[in-house]
Amino acid sequence: MNQTFPILSAVIFLPLAGALLLMLLPRQKALFIKVSALIWTLLEFALSLPLFFNFNEKTPGMQFVERREWFPEWGISYLLGIDGISMLLVMLTTFLTVLCVLCSWRGIEEKIKEYYVIFLLLETAMIGALCALDLVLFYFFWEIMLVPMYLLIGVWGGPRRIYAAVKFFLFTMAGSVLMLLAILALYFHYGGETGIYTFNVFELYRADIPVLKQYWLFAAFALSFAIKVPMFPFHTWLPDAHTEAPTAGSVILAGVLLKMGVYGFLRFAIPLFPAATVAATPLISWLAIIGIIYGAVMCIMQTDLKRLIAYSSVSHLGYVMLGIFALNMQGLEGGIYQMLNHGISTGGLFLVVGMIYERRHTRMIADFGGLSKVMPRLAAFFMIITLSSIALPGTNGFVGEFLILLGVFRSNMLYGVLAATGVILGAVYMLWMFQRVMFGQIKKEENKRLLDLTKREAAILCAIVFFVFLMGLYPRAFLKKIDASAAGYLNDVQAKTAVYASAGNVPVKQSEAK
Amino acid sequence: MVVKIPELAFGFIIPEIIITLSAVITLLLAAFGRRESVGALTGAVALTGAGLAMIFTCTLWDGSASIFNNLYTIDNFGTFFKGLALIVSLLVTLLSLRYAERENIIKGEYYSLLLFGVLGMMIMVSSTHFITIFIGLEVMSIAIYVLCGLLSGNPRSVEASLKYFLLGAFATAFLLYGMALIYATTGCLDIREIADYVASGNFKPTPMFMIGLAMLIVGFGFKTASVPFHMWTPDVYQGAPTSITAYMATGIKAAAFGAFLRVFYTAFLPFLGEWSGILWLIAVATMTLGNITALVQDDVKRMLAYSSIAHAGYILIAFVIGDQFSSSSILFYVLVYTFMNIGAFTVVILLGQKDRENTGIESYAGLAGRHPLIALSMAIFLLSLAGIPPLAGFMGKFYVLSAAIKAKYYWLAVIGVLNSVVAVYYYLRVIMVMYFREPAGELHRPDFSPAYSIVIVISVWALFHMGLFPRDFLLIARKSVGIFM
Repeated sequence: MNQTFPILSAVIFLPLAGALLLMLLPRQKALFIKVSALIWTLLEFALSLPLFFNFNEKTPGMQFVERREWFPEWGISYLLGIDGISMLLVMLTTFLTVLCVLCSWRGIEEKIKEYYVIFLLLETAMIGALCALDLVLFYFFWEIMLVPMYLLIGVWGGPRRIYAAVKFFLFTMAGSVLMLLAILALYFHYGGETGIYTFNVFELYRADIPVLKQYWLFAAFALSFAIKVPMFPFHTWLPDAHTEAPTAGSVILAGVLLKMGVYGFLRFAIPLFPAATVAATPLISWLAIIGIIYGAVMCIMQTDLKRLIAYSSVSHLGYVMLGIFALNMQGLEGGIYQMLNHGISTGGLFLVVGMIYERRHTRMIADFGGLSKVMPRLAAFFMIITLSSIALPGTNGFVGEFLILLGVFRSNMLYGVLAATGVILGAVYMLWMFQRVMFGQIKKEENKRLLDLTKREAAILCAIVFFVFLMGLYPRAFLKKIDASAAGYLNDVQAKTAVYASAGNVPVKQSEAK
Repeated sequence: MVVKIPELAFGFIIPEIIITLSAVITLLLAAFGRRESVGALTGAVALTGAGLAMIFTCTLWDGSASIFNNLYTIDNFGTFFKGLALIVSLLVTLLSLRYAERENIIKGEYYSLLLFGVLGMMIMVSSTHFITIFIGLEVMSIAIYVLCGLLSGNPRSVEASLKYFLLGAFATAFLLYGMALIYATTGCLDIREIADYVASGNFKPTPMFMIGLAMLIVGFGFKTASVPFHMWTPDVYQGAPTSITAYMATGIKAAAFGAFLRVFYTAFLPFLGEWSGILWLIAVATMTLGNITALVQDDVKRMLAYSSIAHAGYILIAFVIGDQFSSSSILFYVLVYTFMNIGAFTVVILLGQKDRENTGIESYAGLAGRHPLIALSMAIFLLSLAGIPPLAGFMGKFYVLSAAIKAKYYWLAVIGVLNSVVAVYYYLRVIMVMYFREPAGELHRPDFSPAYSIVIVISVWALFHMGLFPRDFLLIARKSVGIFM
């Protein structure tokens, strides 16, 4: 708290500075640009490491807080801070960005300079959104994220990239503009009640909002975040965006951007509107369960590897949402942990598919078969990541899913049973996919001459697999960072829920009377 | 009989005097100057005049006076809009230095008419008297009727001019008739006196008064290009020389909103209930129709014309509300809108050629590959128009929407934001064509000139500055509307 170096600002704006520098480099020197981008993202990762190691795991509150006036008359401030929930997501972002730069080394051959500039801009926006504690600042970063991602899909994407890019942009924008109105409504409500006009989210946590109004505001926030997560039935943009995006775009989309939706629920929608949260829990849980099962069933039917992984994301994010809306310690911690896992393992899956695609220029499952014979090393890595995605004990996925199911069973038996069926389906579609791609006879002539992993690719996958095992075998290292924040978070939410619950059966009238 | 000579307060109208003088000088230069150098010379005079007037306008800030028998008023509200009109004229003059040369429309009158148009804007926003407002409006309009038709070889330009003149004359007649009816019921021409009279208690809104009010809405609605009085806009914007389109889309709209705001918020606020419902409908229709029609345009200039209709709708959101807060958000929005629109039109100009405007969306294909900086600045203007942070267009929408939410106009705000999602589609479409498509044929060389790049750089800078640090500008806007309660 009392540190002098504004580390969060540095972490947010270092990539922006890198992007500006990169713009000045001559376009012809492709290798120089790539190396600079790599060094810059590594630097960024190094700069973010102190966030992890200097993080005080005892306190539930915000750390590394920075506050500057931005527009005092309006109560808009430049307010940053992270707690156990967002810190690990920031780390995930800086980590995955390095891998993204590495994996684009060969895959991106056109407009290289613009590509890395856009990637760095995206990194700034993502970290900014994770650190912002002022609603206007958050909304700023939240919207800025759209533009680089739109360009990534649209410029460097596959054949239907334009459709996918526009769909991505319009879906997310449609959700977020309603959130903007809800933010304003909340601001004026709180200002009208207390006389303090502020967008500081911690002030607004204290707002006493009539229940009916909470429903509306929660609905607007939830719609925006549910589209981003994406929850069933708002998920239709995701398979398109994932399929058409370049590999690194898919990695960052799955790894970080989707987490923004969940993070939004955690940081804003739930604590701001606790009564509405409780009321909406069945709805959201059911949507999450539908998402889990629907996503898994869709996966079984997919013929395109990337589309399959995209639907598996819908299923996995369903678990995350279910865990969080269990509103107990296990569910919450499991949900947060599973977000990180999903970033690692689904990111890893996209990387592997990208590597195969670079060699074969196809992603159709039917075009493969028997790849493990020609690419044994890739097969090994692929296997580990696949197993982590289906939550085999010993891998990271197991810890997250186990915690989530524990939490869900504690809160609602039926949800737990239904969600557990998704685990079985998950094993079915992943293993079946793996079998069709990697095992069996090599049927296609082209597949016989495929080269195994290069050193660069092996290094990327090693980094992923390292975290698969580290997070699977020694989860304490990460969970202890979450513990205090999650406990404090739940306390706050439960205390507020209790206030609304104790107000009686007709909470609307009660709070109007105040 | 003693005729009381009004006290001479020329000190307060120095900007207007400077503009008038420069307009006359440019006209004389055109008549007597050497043919070859007329363009540059008149341009320089216009630029200097507008610059000087700008400086003097700034010194008027915080000054307040009612001069010439209350026919003319100096206050922050007027000063704000005067400054805005001068900004528009400076930017348009700058880009005309090259554009007017290219299109061969330097006949001396060009800059002179531009300046007279600005003079009209300045007059109409700084008076509380119906007659002065009307004179300002006419000075402005007549100058622009001519400017629209300056591309004399181009039938579309002539059509634009004629269309704007005929319809404009009707609209002016409505406005004048409205003023007459109000005068007939209240006996006053000064809106402050009308406000007092209306508030005095023994006033009942007669049908005649209400018809007058409605006619004023028609007249101003025409000048601000609001639905259903927008019919002229696409054709006129498309046919007019592009520099004049930029001038109309920003300058006229700003001045018309300025006068509209002053008249309605000063005199007719007690009848807010009566007119805000009508304006609610007009706002919704303007946004929706503008955006939906813009979706299907394949011509960028025409698309920007429809988008400017839609933006008038966003401004009307705040207009409906009728408090000080909402009026200050209108001022901020108009300011922001000026920069993003002039910027976008400048790029359109830059990509055009003599006699070939290249405004079809296909001629933008692959622009990012060939001319990354032009494409980037166009993308910035379009994203700002779409309301994406951190650009000023977002802040403009943010304040307008917060005014709506504050006043509990939830549905209006929801319709507004949903409209802005629709708008994103067609703005993105241009960006998509620039960035995602390959050029259809050989791209011709854009018409590079410092005249354009200065305007573009200023606009980009303004959009980022007002987007990231809107505070000063919003405080200025708030101070400007101090005249309303």
